[in-house]
Amino acid sequence: MDFNFNEEQTLIQSQVAQFIQRDYEWEKRQVLVASDLGFSSENWKTFAELGWLGISLSEKSGGFGGSALESMIIMEEFGKGLVVEPFLETVILCAGLIDSCGNEEQKADLLGPVISGEMHLALGFTEPQSRFNLADVTTEAKKKNGDYLVSGFKSVVMNGPNADKLIISARTSGKQDDKEGISLFVIDKNLEGVSLRNYPTVDGRRASEVTLENVIIPSSSLLSEEGKGYQHLEGAIDGATLAICAEAVGAMEVLYKTTVEYTKTREQFGQAIGKFQVLQHRMVDMFMEYEQSKSLLYMATIKNVEGSKDAKKAISGLKYQVGKAAKFIGQQSVQLHGGMGVTEELNVGHFFKRLTTIITIFGNTDYHLKRYSQL
Amino acid sequence: MCIIRPYFRPSTIMDLAFSQEDLDFQEDVRNFLASEYPLDIKEKQDKRLPLEREDIIAWQKILASKGWFAINWPKEFGGTDLSPTKNYILQNELASANTPILIPFGINMCGPVVYTFGTAEQKKKYLPGILNSDVWWCQGYSEPGSGSDLASLQTKAELKGNNYIVNGTKTWTTLAQHADWIFCLVRTETTGIKQEGISFLLIDMKSKGVEVKPIITIDGSHEVNMVYFDDVKVPSNNLIGDEGQGWNIAKFLLMHERTGIAGIAALKRELKRLKDISANVIVGEGSLLDDSKFRDKLEAAEIELTATEFTELRTLSQISSGGAPGPESSILKIKGTELQQNISELFIEMLAYYSHPFLTETELGSNESIGPDYAGAAMPHYLNFRKVSIYGGSNEIQRNVISKAILGL
Repeated sequence: MDFNFNEEQTLIQSQVAQFIQRDYEWEKRQVLVASDLGFSSENWKTFAELGWLGISLSEKSGGFGGSALESMIIMEEFGKGLVVEPFLETVILCAGLIDSCGNEEQKADLLGPVISGEMHLALGFTEPQSRFNLADVTTEAKKKNGDYLVSGFKSVVMNGPNADKLIISARTSGKQDDKEGISLFVIDKNLEGVSLRNYPTVDGRRASEVTLENVIIPSSSLLSEEGKGYQHLEGAIDGATLAICAEAVGAMEVLYKTTVEYTKTREQFGQAIGKFQVLQHRMVDMFMEYEQSKSLLYMATIKNVEGSKDAKKAISGLKYQVGKAAKFIGQQSVQLHGGMGVTEELNVGHFFKRLTTIITIFGNTDYHLKRYSQL
Repeated sequence: MCIIRPYFRPSTIMDLAFSQEDLDFQEDVRNFLASEYPLDIKEKQDKRLPLEREDIIAWQKILASKGWFAINWPKEFGGTDLSPTKNYILQNELASANTPILIPFGINMCGPVVYTFGTAEQKKKYLPGILNSDVWWCQGYSEPGSGSDLASLQTKAELKGNNYIVNGTKTWTTLAQHADWIFCLVRTETTGIKQEGISFLLIDMKSKGVEVKPIITIDGSHEVNMVYFDDVKVPSNNLIGDEGQGWNIAKFLLMHERTGIAGIAALKRELKRLKDISANVIVGEGSLLDDSKFRDKLEAAEIELTATEFTELRTLSQISSGGAPGPESSILKIKGTELQQNISELFIEMLAYYSHPFLTETELGSNESIGPDYAGAAMPHYLNFRKVSIYGGSNEIQRNVISKAILGL
């Protein structure tokens, strides 16, 4: 048994860590969040140059043939800097999905530009009524003269405003909750009938409400086979769940350490507040929640890379633990920082906000506990 | 419905029903709300939009016109001295109609201090402006270096002739941007026991040398401020009580602050709202309320809320049979704020992804909502409510109070 990274993985980790330390200072990040784009296209270029955008994609698709392990390493470091560049959305979710089920032409058309940093993507997998059920799809796609006619609505599409193309799930047959009959389409944002309402989200990122009204989509835009999209969608969401959990683990590490440091310096009643046992035990609990999350992150990532039979179950177990830990560590970091913790000025509140959205994204603790018990 | 009448005498048996007089009063309140609650304010409240200074003042004046503003004040100072049962009914009716929260700094804090500790002259000068809401008060307690350890405060007031010269910084001053006056804890003596060098001073915010700077919180709102005092001249007759009495006055005040802090009536409204909405959130074949995991959390919150309500009623009945609010009010602060946070969190769980869109207050007011119309305010509310376990004496400090003062540890 070995939980150490190999030489290449260690190299990537220190490369990303260095980037966060040197080029991703807190003040700079806050300027990016407030900008129109919401992140830095310069940074994105750097990611492409350093090869991070293609690291987890297969060599056949022009990637570097890495795995979820490399994604985990990058995302954990990104979590420490609270990176807002849409790596999760464009690379992990969408490029990962295309890599797993796109045809040769689609891979060439889409993954090349993603790897070189020229294309952004977004995945529309939720609808207002669907909550976390990926099979709950009412957006409809009907065959018409060799094309598809698509109508429906996709909600809270992360990275929607910045995406060049969208991937959406639509129903080509079956009932609202059927896993069969779901198809995936890559669509251009500028097609007639596609409209987006863009907005910022509480974690400083961007999302869109996407309305599709009789959009004519060529059949060449279909990913995988008609009606067989669900398993690929689930796979992509599972991969992205691993990645977002890695981000959370990175963010939680910063939060618990920042809190420990703060309580060593903040004095009340003539001593550092970290001397009070009630706060010491609280921070010990924060530390343990972090460690437990990291353990499950490693476990689930390894199972995923190995293609183990219970990989899905491991991912749900991980997301449950991370949801629980993110809530506890996030809330308690704010609490222990006192009034300062609720200010916009301190980074603590921003880490807390990102952890709060991560709890929900790809399914909250209730959802994953249920999924865990059913798998 | 079973409701306690909390002013029973120790010798009588417990009574959980309203008298005819109480029921008439309830009818009165409902009629009053139906005719006097301004529609423009109601609309903002129902949409969870921020209120203007003028809205709040207007509403306080409406309540005052009916005698339902200074409900806890003795009659001799212009109060109503409402019975605990009527007070209970009033609070529940106001909360269930979702009327604005009163600004406590004048009516519940400075007022009681002035009529309890002030001179006849001070009462004459300050009480009318509080009663008619013409003077907006804020509270100058915390300092950057003095949070939980309030007694370590450093803002200095030096007596020179007939004036105090005040220098220092106050922080977390709620709505100081609206305030005409601030009541402050200041240090008049730097030697000896730190609590005994603190005095209670009233300062006109228009005085030269007072500066207010906003603090923006994680929900994006401007509610709290830094208040700087640079050689501010304050007439010495603005001192309440004697020099060095400030700490005792502050303790008196904290008790007053804590009894209202549980916000039970508003919690009942929010929990009911959560239940009503989640019953209409469709999940698969049923509603979110049918989801046993979610429902259990709602029911558990309801039980905890009922327990807290009756803890408050027991405390109130103690007061009305002659006792003063004691350290037991710390229970209400802890349980009330935990419930506030818990319920705000359940709104986020209910909304799932639709809790994430984040519009500014103006966008919330003018734009069509993203997702359901109740979505926009939920996340700001959740974030803002992280403060409630920190302010008014953090919940850690409250537990210290209980362990020392009640359990004798």
